[in-house]
Amino acid sequence: MSERAVVLETRDLTMRFGGLTAAHKFSIQIQEGRIVGLIGPNGAGKTTCFNMITGFYKPTEGSVLFNGQDITGWSPYKVCSAGIARTFQNIRLFRNETVLQNVMIGAHLRQKTTWWHALFSLPSFWKEEREVREKAMGLLEEVGLEKLACEKASSLPYGAQRRLEIARALATEPSFLLLDEPAAGMNPHETQDLMRFVKDIRDKFKLTILLIEHDMKVVMGICEHIWVLDYGVTICEGAPEVIQADPKVIEAYLGEEAVKDA
Amino acid sequence: MDAKRKRNYTLNAVLVGVLGLFLFWANGHLDGYKIQIMNLIAVNIILALSLNLIYGFTGLFSLGHAGFMAIGAYTCSLLIMTPVQKEMLFILDPCMWPFSVMQAPFVVAVIAGGLMAALFGVIIGLPVLRLGGDYLGIATLGFAEIIRVFANNLQPVTNGALGFKGIPDFSNLWWNYGWCLVTLFVIVRLVNSNFGNVLKSIRDDEVAARAMGVNTFKYKLTSFTIGSFFAGVGGALLASLLTTIDPKMFLFILTFNVLMIVVAGGLGSITGTVLGGIVITVLLEWLRFVENPLTLGNFEIPGVPGMRMVVFSLSLLFIILYKREGIMGMREFSWDWLFGLFRKRGEA
Repeated sequence: MSERAVVLETRDLTMRFGGLTAAHKFSIQIQEGRIVGLIGPNGAGKTTCFNMITGFYKPTEGSVLFNGQDITGWSPYKVCSAGIARTFQNIRLFRNETVLQNVMIGAHLRQKTTWWHALFSLPSFWKEEREVREKAMGLLEEVGLEKLACEKASSLPYGAQRRLEIARALATEPSFLLLDEPAAGMNPHETQDLMRFVKDIRDKFKLTILLIEHDMKVVMGICEHIWVLDYGVTICEGAPEVIQADPKVIEAYLGEEAVKDA
Repeated sequence: MDAKRKRNYTLNAVLVGVLGLFLFWANGHLDGYKIQIMNLIAVNIILALSLNLIYGFTGLFSLGHAGFMAIGAYTCSLLIMTPVQKEMLFILDPCMWPFSVMQAPFVVAVIAGGLMAALFGVIIGLPVLRLGGDYLGIATLGFAEIIRVFANNLQPVTNGALGFKGIPDFSNLWWNYGWCLVTLFVIVRLVNSNFGNVLKSIRDDEVAARAMGVNTFKYKLTSFTIGSFFAGVGGALLASLLTTIDPKMFLFILTFNVLMIVVAGGLGSITGTVLGGIVITVLLEWLRFVENPLTLGNFEIPGVPGMRMVVFSLSLLFIILYKREGIMGMREFSWDWLFGLFRKRGEA
């Protein structure tokens, strides 16, 4: 694995909720263009780390650097405009809006015209509005939802909702994408599709992707580097093969006896 | 696509033309009472549309509408009354300079009323919009009361509890429906643009909106300010329509009436708000009969003032219990939909 520029770096990120330390000295370095994973048992603090990176939580200690810039404590919308987009573990679509509108809302971030342009019906407004629509349609085609563009987002089947959420995130033109359990609730066939899809969008949109996942097939299949969290502490990191063989990881997932038996 | 848009523009223009002809006819043929109800319909639609932008589309539960209306009404009235009139009106303390000598044409006065309300919208919104849900409702309700108490006590500007009488009645069908169309145009444009999509995203899921790069606070403030502008415009028109205002007029019940229109019409539906504005305003007048003494066979029911509000409260309860989405839900009328309907029938 050749060395590449580091896109995202966290230094000793720590998050305490009262007496509970949800994440302790979380330090990672992610290189450009890689797909990397963050795994760990339930309640290990994976989503907390996501929330600290994307600005939803202000870390108690530590810092987040994105392309060398310190983005610690930025509000989520600023983090997003810097180029970090995310999806949610429990899908959070705009339920009352159509599929197309959902993606257009994501595309809004890069839109230059504002509300008063709409009132005066300026040609630049109509042009950009059309461009946003076309861009959103293009992204929907990318994820295979173009036929459902006019459906209400909440009426989509589960797998399609996941893909829509990714399309919406892509509409913000990110260079870094965080996926929170993208394969949750999918059957093996859908999971296969998803793995191919994640790799495709990485290549097509020149993304770096960090994902949280429980499905080991996905993690071992597409991640080039993995961090393992348990009770907020990073217990292991490395390539998939290294992780699979590590007794500490097996212990965290399966308990002490499993290690002895192995 | 473009042919469709052209067709829709034409049809909209035709509709406005028909409305114009109807107003022209109404001006000549209907009696004063009916014209007054028609005026009230227009004003109520303006007010309800502005509240729908804030509550229905952006999801900000605001109960401060009466406050913004009061600001619009007082600003406009001070501007359209002549200095002589003001001198006669302020019997306790004379009217404060520069308010005593200010005068402006009606259009300017209405816009000034709106702008003043919008200014207060920003001032109130900056601290208050950080709150969410019911807390925002309580805070804005409190703000509306503060405005009213100010109006009651700021004697040199508002003439205290006496209020203003004899405000010039410039407001007529043309002005009211003109402003109603302007409001309708602005809000439809906003809601149908991507800006409107963003507002709706805040309503649906604020957390997700922030993750998608939406500066939610800025958008909430913008929506709140635009809403308060039109609330101020509505208040200004109402002042000139009724020719008399006093602080008691801007009690919570006024906000409640507007809220009732929005909820009955359908939160997040412009069509619903227009229909709700017509239905509720007409009902409010028509239901006056329940306040008159009633004879049912041998029974004589004495008239109870305020009875129609009881009827209204009950009907609002029923709406909330059985038809929560109101008349229209979040659906909208559109020409495409209408033509689609014909096409389907034609095929069948």
